[in-house]
Amino acid sequence: MAADTTSININSGGTAQHTYDAIVIGSGISGGWAAKELCEKGMKTLVLERGRNIEHVKDYPTMLKAPWDFEHRGRMPNAFLKENPLISKAAGFGEDTAHFFIRDKDHPYVQEKPFDWIRGYQVGGKSLTWGRACQRWSNFEFEAPARFGYGADWPIRYADVAPWYSHVEKFIGVCGNKDGVEAMPDGEFLPPFELNCVERHLKQSFIKHYKNRYLVQGRWAHLSQPNDIHQQQGRGRCQSRNLCMRGCPYGAYFSSVTTTLPWAAKTGNLTIRPFSVVHSVIYDEQKGKASGVRIIDTNTLEVTEYFARIIFVNASALNSSLILLNSISNRFPNGLGNDSGLLGTHIGFHLYRGFVNASIEGYEDKYYYVRNPTECIVANYRNLGKQETDYVGGFTTFSGASRSRGAVKPEAPQIGAAFKEAMSEPGRWEVYMYMQGETIMKQSNHVRLSKDEKDQWGIPLLVTSVGYDDNDEKMVADFLNQSCEMLEKAGCSIMNRIDNQQPPGLDIHEMGGARMGKDSKTSLLNEWNQLHHCKNVFVTDGACMTSTGNQSPSILYMALTARAVNYAVKEAQKGNL
Amino acid sequence: MNRRDALSATAVLLGGVIIGGHVFLSGCKAEKTESELFREADLAFLDEVGETILPATEKSPGAKAAKIGAFMKTIVTDCYDSEEQAIFLAGIAKLKDLSLQQYQRSFLQLTAGEKTDLITALDKEAANYSKNKSETEPEHYFSMIKQLALWGYFTSEPGATEALRYVPVPGKYEGCVDYNSGDPAWA
Repeated sequence: MAADTTSININSGGTAQHTYDAIVIGSGISGGWAAKELCEKGMKTLVLERGRNIEHVKDYPTMLKAPWDFEHRGRMPNAFLKENPLISKAAGFGEDTAHFFIRDKDHPYVQEKPFDWIRGYQVGGKSLTWGRACQRWSNFEFEAPARFGYGADWPIRYADVAPWYSHVEKFIGVCGNKDGVEAMPDGEFLPPFELNCVERHLKQSFIKHYKNRYLVQGRWAHLSQPNDIHQQQGRGRCQSRNLCMRGCPYGAYFSSVTTTLPWAAKTGNLTIRPFSVVHSVIYDEQKGKASGVRIIDTNTLEVTEYFARIIFVNASALNSSLILLNSISNRFPNGLGNDSGLLGTHIGFHLYRGFVNASIEGYEDKYYYVRNPTECIVANYRNLGKQETDYVGGFTTFSGASRSRGAVKPEAPQIGAAFKEAMSEPGRWEVYMYMQGETIMKQSNHVRLSKDEKDQWGIPLLVTSVGYDDNDEKMVADFLNQSCEMLEKAGCSIMNRIDNQQPPGLDIHEMGGARMGKDSKTSLLNEWNQLHHCKNVFVTDGACMTSTGNQSPSILYMALTARAVNYAVKEAQKGNL
Repeated sequence: MNRRDALSATAVLLGGVIIGGHVFLSGCKAEKTESELFREADLAFLDEVGETILPATEKSPGAKAAKIGAFMKTIVTDCYDSEEQAIFLAGIAKLKDLSLQQYQRSFLQLTAGEKTDLITALDKEAANYSKNKSETEPEHYFSMIKQLALWGYFTSEPGATEALRYVPVPGKYEGCVDYNSGDPAWA
């Protein structure tokens, strides 16, 4: 059923009927922000989403289910796992969330090296299942690649995005504490979740033994205490159910579906078109700019074109590269805006391989009230402004403590009434740490279009050629050594010290492919996320990243998106687009 | 990214190893999915074995009230590979034989004390086997039964709400509260 897009009749509407002020490709975390900002500025905006529609609450089928309501108590049956070895590995994937992830066989790609490409194709994209961590980048991260010679220079600095971080934080609602840690700047925070007693102990121990290792509460997109703006969005306070990835009936965590898309819709300027796979961006050779977007309707296979003055590409990092690579014209035979030949290259990701957990004695008279939907963070303490390790870059450490379940003593009965009672009680305290490390963006880590294989819509498959390097190995080793040492100094006994060797991609933080930069010979986008060579096309998802930093990137995409829309609309008003 | 839940999901299960968890390594052997794998009598038998591991007490119902036999059937049928299914089913027969050999009566006819003695000895045997086996050797059938009993019971409505404290909508998180000995854990 492949649609041959070279010979099929193209439905261009009435051109007028198919013309908008702006088109946004993708409805995930950055596409939703593009839509909101464009619509608020009065732009008639079309959002194209390749997957099905999702409406807040209505399309959260598992949101109120108890553990026993799931036939396999959260686990997927073997038959499913065998058909879906990739997607079932994703963090948070299970019987309760499977409906927000793709099926492997529907969306093939070619792994030249092992790369787990995790996707969620629906309105809202992966913003429905994201981790919700919202730490700001620091200037250390913006400056390090050029300063220490392991990457291209960002065309912007922290000061350029700081006000846009604030703009986003206030609107989506981010809880956190103002900690005054230079490596993890403070923002506009709602009240933080509390540390528990063991986390407080770790915090004190780390600062006692290491002067610059700060364990703080992470910053999370949860409404710990909604403000007026959140009430206007129809969202309520976080109830600490910790079932976020099913979709929240209270709208307490941020997603495109709870927040930006409904907000955009309220302006009357938004049109969302689900089931629309983007084939390419159309380039007008006469005007020297993009004129619109060609899509394939996944239900009818009809090819349709839509037109606009401003185009935002927010298809998710690798898909944005794919679309631009597939946007061929006489002017751009190698992909839209790709004079440098670097489109699809310099792919990075976050290093998630290291994991440590430990037990700690004591605190048996302390517990916590039910469930914590957030985690602590040890802010990056490596290579801050100076090179001090045998690898470049740094890592954020996620951490937390909780009581295991079951207080059965080894000498006590291991079956029967007493065993059951002991198994019903909280057990000892346990602590974990895992890493989110920076990786070096290299030209050799790249994606490209397959020359011979196509998907069911006739679009070339993406080939991924992304792997680890020696810097990654050294960083994992250092993380494991340092984390074990920190926990041992805090009185913990290490249980597991793991380098899980998982392929890149499973971090779901793939970045790069159309990086920002000062020089059009070495980058695709300028400081406004605008294609150097096709000024009315903006890329503001993970594809735009010049380096990976070590902070969770989603809120940076949102901030860069709002900043780019502000610029784009002004440029359009000046007649420059 | 909040990955804690993904990481700790495995640790919740006793013994660390999730039986049926190595589906990725085991290739594509065809499992039996017919419900004929289990007979009605097996469910009653597994209910009794489960009840011996996790009996009803004054405080809370036992594994039988959690329909543990039906739960084991579902998981073994849908989530175990064919080798594990074979071990589990052979285990049911072995356990029945053990009762006949030791007591000349079927397991269901044993007194509560006899059931406990038999299962306690079997639990020790399985624990010793697990301690000494190599990674490639299969799990003991009783380890499978016990793991399923614990998992199924504590995620069942009676187990979660009466043995543990299940709060579907906590409304808040408090980081540090006093714990009084004997209070159940949060489900």
